[in-house]
Amino acid sequence: MATTRRRTSSSRSTRRPEAIPPGSAHVAEPLDLRGALRDMTLIRLFEQEAERQYKRARIGGYCHLAIGQEAANVGVARGLQPQDKLLSSYRSHGFALARGTAPTGAMAELFGREDGVAVGRGGSMHLLDPEHGYFGGWGIVAGQLPIATGMALAGVKQGENLAVLCELGDGAINMGAWHESLNLAAIWNLPIVFAVFNNGYGMGTTVDQASAEPELYKRAAAFRMHGERVDGQDVEAVYEATARLMTRAREERKPAVLEVMTYRLRGHSVADAGTAYRTKEEIAEWADKRDPIALVTERLVADGITTEELDAITAETQALVDEAVAFAEASPMPDVSTLADFVYGDPNTAEQFSRMAPGSPAGEEQLLAQLVA
Amino acid sequence: MAAEAVPAIETMTYREALRLAMREELERDPSVFLMGEEIGVFQGSYKVTGDLFEQFGPERVMETPISEEGFVGAAVGAAMSGLRPVVEIMTLNFIVVAMDQVVNHAAKVRYMFGNKVGCPMVIRTPNGAGNQLTAQHSQSFEGWFANVPGLKVVAPATPSDARGLLKAAIRDDDPVLVIENLQLYKAKGEVDTSVDGAVEIGKAKVVREGTDISLVGHSFAVTRALHVAEKLQADHGISAEVVDLRSLRPLDMETVAASVSKTNRALCVEEGWASYGVTAEIASRISLACFDDLDAPVGRVGMAEVPMPYAKSLEDAALPHEDKILAAALEVCGA
Ligand SMILES: Cc1ncc(C[n+]2csc(CCOP(=O)(O)OP(=O)(O)O)c2C)c(N)n1
Ligand SMILES: [Mg+2]
Repeated sequence: MATTRRRTSSSRSTRRPEAIPPGSAHVAEPLDLRGALRDMTLIRLFEQEAERQYKRARIGGYCHLAIGQEAANVGVARGLQPQDKLLSSYRSHGFALARGTAPTGAMAELFGREDGVAVGRGGSMHLLDPEHGYFGGWGIVAGQLPIATGMALAGVKQGENLAVLCELGDGAINMGAWHESLNLAAIWNLPIVFAVFNNGYGMGTTVDQASAEPELYKRAAAFRMHGERVDGQDVEAVYEATARLMTRAREERKPAVLEVMTYRLRGHSVADAGTAYRTKEEIAEWADKRDPIALVTERLVADGITTEELDAITAETQALVDEAVAFAEASPMPDVSTLADFVYGDPNTAEQFSRMAPGSPAGEEQLLAQLVA
Repeated sequence: MAAEAVPAIETMTYREALRLAMREELERDPSVFLMGEEIGVFQGSYKVTGDLFEQFGPERVMETPISEEGFVGAAVGAAMSGLRPVVEIMTLNFIVVAMDQVVNHAAKVRYMFGNKVGCPMVIRTPNGAGNQLTAQHSQSFEGWFANVPGLKVVAPATPSDARGLLKAAIRDDDPVLVIENLQLYKAKGEVDTSVDGAVEIGKAKVVREGTDISLVGHSFAVTRALHVAEKLQADHGISAEVVDLRSLRPLDMETVAASVSKTNRALCVEEGWASYGVTAEIASRISLACFDDLDAPVGRVGMAEVPMPYAKSLEDAALPHEDKILAAALEVCGA
């Protein structure tokens, strides 16, 4: 019957759909592979530490890890120019770190401390770093798409030479916001690349079950927009495609969809074991053969990197993660007196609105006292 | 009449009671079916649907993509066509992307089309905060829906009411929003499984008798109020009555007013923001219905008027914790 689960065998291949990709006139600088490995290692170690700290209850709430997706994170981040803007889903740690956010501020945010990047207000899902062009970590699936579209619009209106990269998951593609945002981006010729991180699952739902066109990049065609697919475990390939499409967006005001084929080696969040809806063999297959860090390391070894140099990368990034934990531990919990800070920007209106609370000291209580007097 | 049923009191969790209600209704009525994200193989994001997918299969327990506006609207269409869809929205926060279908469509069908067609659908979804889920995942804005004529809104606080109100909602001929609660899912209580157990929508319940003050709330606020009532008795010798609203629209003011006329004092409590909230409605109605009986202005407690912060220290300060409710109750009592 039509409504039962479909088990189509959509191709998860990473073959490029076109021989000469659009924007190929723009040849990107070759990727600094060592730098990429360093960033990917930092993310891996940071995420492993976050997982440990979550289990020790130092981190709370939802915590979505990027383990397995490091090449996708680093590939897109390195494909951006400094003035470009990046938005993503709640799986935000890898994006912040790849864009250059200090691990100290990121970890302190996960710990809910005052020195966190969002001053302890946002937590794991809502990392951000405007100075590095990272505009968040958003928690409502596909909520970031229209916002990213608006940032691209603002870039055009303000005459800036920038493009926006908006990450979303394979699950998010089925929200109405996808349709509306892509259509707007297309009719307004906005400089934006929608990077669909296809990790095979939205929670426990496969792409085949959720998407009538499981080759997701093809859905760009509905908007006469260019779409292509790239191997998300290959950091060079992700970098090359991103840099090319972002340059094309910036210079020709052409939006695009980039489907990044990747895999999360952990569950949807730390609370999900990630084994109820996929096989151990499948996970092992990706862990053993498609681990992005192993793949880039192999390439560097072939290029002649030494064991000492590799060890130095691990040591340097581990030290950063250790420092981040020490920093987060030392950072104070936000003081309760600051609870109402930041609800509004203007301190005068903030005072006014704090009276909204029923029976608040500045509101009804005072009023009653005056009436009684 | 059949022989009198032997009571079979079972202790179960709130989530098990909800699952039982769905199982019973799926078995009773072939027009009932479930829809929602991750309600099948994954057993529900909060494991409410559990093994129902296994028992009833993918036609009766339909897994959906992340497309709330689409599948809530599809439920409206299915309901208008004679089916009885029961839609799970993973948490109340995500219903906002389907708000248009709920408020502009489901709620309007019967009236706008002159009673020529109805919309017998259920949306079940948890509100609640307290696990550091932060601003976009910690909201309790059921008051928005209780504001809308055409919708019914219920909010059970116990396993028994969870089963009973969900069953009544599924049998109701109009759209019903069933507000569940994240903290309550694991709460245990007694359920009499020998009886049908449907609970009439629109009836509040006095869940603790008292003489000095009425604590009025719904959903998890009832649990908090019950704890506060114990403290009021133990530490202050104040006898608090607790009224569980159970249904926000329709609202049973008779039960609330009867309680307040007896205790002469009232404190209204809710998990969400109190401004323009459920407590605002209740307090206003108490002030009118019990004007001559009140010994003090009606008090209200809700969440701090901020988006929910992440940090534990701030989240604790923002939640309508029992110490806040206690302080407000003492104030209403002039103690
Ligand atoms: C509108 C909305 N519906 C449901 C959710 C709950 N939810 C959070 S993440 C998620 C799965 C998203 O999957 P995908 O887009 O593939 O991203 P991934 O987690 O794989 O990175 C769901 C259903 C939500 N946050 N927002
Ligand atoms: Mg996914």
